[in-house]
Amino acid sequence: MKRAFDKEHIIGVIGLLMLAYGCWKALFVVPAMNHFGEVGRIFFMHVPTAWNALLILTGSFILAIGALFNRKPSWDAALTGSVEVGVLYTALLVVQGSIWARPTFGIWWTWDPRLITAAILLIAFAGVLSARSFANNQGQRLRWTAVATIVAYIDVPIVYFIVKWLPRGIHQPHSFPSTVSTDYHLALRFNAIAMLLLGIWMTFRRARWILQQNAATAMSAAPGAALDAEGRTMVAGVEE
Amino acid sequence: MSLLAQSRAVFLKDLLLAARGGSRLSGVLFFATMTLLLFSFATEPDPESMRRHAAGYLWLALLLSSLLSLGESFRAEVEDEALEGLRLLPVDPRALFYGKALSNTLFLVGLSLVLLPLSLGLFGAEVKSSPGLLLAFLLLGTAGLAAPGSLYAAMTSRARGQDLLLPLLLFPLVVPVLIASVKGTGLCFSADPMDQRGALLQVLTVFDLIYWSVCGLLFGKVIEE
Repeated sequence: MKRAFDKEHIIGVIGLLMLAYGCWKALFVVPAMNHFGEVGRIFFMHVPTAWNALLILTGSFILAIGALFNRKPSWDAALTGSVEVGVLYTALLVVQGSIWARPTFGIWWTWDPRLITAAILLIAFAGVLSARSFANNQGQRLRWTAVATIVAYIDVPIVYFIVKWLPRGIHQPHSFPSTVSTDYHLALRFNAIAMLLLGIWMTFRRARWILQQNAATAMSAAPGAALDAEGRTMVAGVEE
Repeated sequence: MSLLAQSRAVFLKDLLLAARGGSRLSGVLFFATMTLLLFSFATEPDPESMRRHAAGYLWLALLLSSLLSLGESFRAEVEDEALEGLRLLPVDPRALFYGKALSNTLFLVGLSLVLLPLSLGLFGAEVKSSPGLLLAFLLLGTAGLAAPGSLYAAMTSRARGQDLLLPLLLFPLVVPVLIASVKGTGLCFSADPMDQRGALLQVLTVFDLIYWSVCGLLFGKVIEE
């Protein structure tokens, strides 16, 4: 059987090429940042990671609301895929921050509002994925994932606001294209778009994998049963 | 019946259950007391540092005990499929949530009122603000634990591994409540030079308003079979 070419691979390839170009620019073309030195180049990954972690988890929040209303397994799969990518990006964010902070400030971790928020974000959404694995059936899995995603997402701005009450940390203010030198724009923007495309690509891949897993489970439960477009078994035209 | 009357009926049912089965009350109380004692063994016996951290110990004991009481409040519903019975009644699922969350809040406030004099005595702290302000922190803080706690306790009540899942979901969520309550209660045990107590009460109120409404809306989805 010939394997079909999944169209999302185009997004992935474009993302990888853009990331390669952005990193080449960041590592070899732009001058080192004067007060952070060579290690400051991690900034070209760190900032796009932060933007995209929040962007992808915002996407998860929207998918979660949609999934609760339409109850489609494909939305559940996309939701789970995007939460997984969000968790991956948040984990990368925390690790990159530590790699940057150690040579720059001499510490791996500080109790800064943004660091705490990122850590809480990571644990909260990892908890969502963990809850999913405890659900008893497909419908419950969808509802749990969606509800926990909505609840965790709303928590994030509150965490950020409240930890600002703690003594001020050493993290520098937010970075936007307008706050950094024009030399850096191109590399930063390429990496940001590249990471978004890669995130979308990974979400699609994971969603497809989850749907296939659902279908495989359904098939083994009822061999020879017809599946509808969403991978649910059809019993005499009735969706189970 | 209105939402309010329905919530009230669920709330009164829970109170009756709690009153008739006293073991839940006393069990959680002993657990919370033991936790407070353990904190004093886990740190160096320095009166000054214990006094400074009294609010933190009090809230951690409350948080840990809330896991037991939340889980227990839904165990009664899962036994003999009582929750199924409730769902079959022509009752708004939000009423089930508000009744449950209210009874859990009341239980935690009661627990905090027992733990408060204990921690004042054990750690040598004293209340320096008006009692009303301290009570406001206890009430808003425990309400902040009870709302997402009731939602997640309902969600995990029929799951394998509830004991693992409930803290995993709840703890990251209640970080704002914990920070604001510890800081606010701590400021009630000492002077408030920066005048932060009002703002912390506002944070707790906002958190409570958001989570009492969001969790109420989502509760129906969670208890669906």
